[in-house]
Amino acid sequence: MESLTHTIQAVPLNHYIFLSAIIFSIGVMGVLLRRNAIVIFMSVELMLNSVNLLLTAFSVYRGDAAGQVFVFFIMALAAAEVAVGLAIIVMIYRNTNSIDINVLNRLKW
Amino acid sequence: MSTFYFIAFLSIFFSILVISAKNPVHSILYLVLTFFTFTIHYILLNAQFLAVVNFIVYMGAILVLFLYTLMLINLNKEAEPVKPFMVKIAAVFGGGILAVALVSSLKLLGVSDPVVLKNPDLGLVKNLGKVLFNEFLLPFEISSVLLLSAMVGAVLLATKEKETKATF
Repeated sequence: MESLTHTIQAVPLNHYIFLSAIIFSIGVMGVLLRRNAIVIFMSVELMLNSVNLLLTAFSVYRGDAAGQVFVFFIMALAAAEVAVGLAIIVMIYRNTNSIDINVLNRLKW
Repeated sequence: MSTFYFIAFLSIFFSILVISAKNPVHSILYLVLTFFTFTIHYILLNAQFLAVVNFIVYMGAILVLFLYTLMLINLNKEAEPVKPFMVKIAAVFGGGILAVALVSSLKLLGVSDPVVLKNPDLGLVKNLGKVLFNEFLLPFEISSVLLLSAMVGAVLLATKEKETKATF
């Protein structure tokens, strides 16, 4: 474990921000691109995880443990969000027999 | 140092596969691989508690929940109609613009300091538990209420209501 953590010491903070920004953008792209509600939900999870990674990197960079505690809270929040969201998707499927989000355009007005 | 870049490449590669896979089950499996690379990132940052929690909660619980929901929904045919080509181009363009804006604005910052682990036991369970149960005790308790209410809400939403169905 010690040798593993020594290898990270040359990585600049900017590269973590780049990685998180790219993965967040991929998540945004997935939300815009797909019509399956479950895949859209998974893209949201991807965005949440990229933010988690960035918070951890900042926490290690600053030497402050509060960032990692925030990540823990975000994970608890994501679990709650997934439970409620998947229940809503199952209910939508029961009512419309599809999880295509375009079926839901009747909610517009 | 090169370990980070290799794992970062794998994260980006698998996350692109998540949004481009046709079959939703393949999409979920690629998401499992993406989260596994995130776990490796946490281990490299010596955030061992978060690595274990990410492994158990995300890969073990949340993604299995996704798989179960997909099994319940039972998409036996290729149910997802494809979007029009122009909309796809617009979506990729929009996401790409966001990425370019973020990355190019960060480029202006110049070379930053490397991420150095000053305190080796920063991310260990002992240290994090002390912080969690001293400074963040109230949010911790509130998050337990949040999880309970989410569980009750999920059960309430997903159960079939026979009486209300009859009134439709």
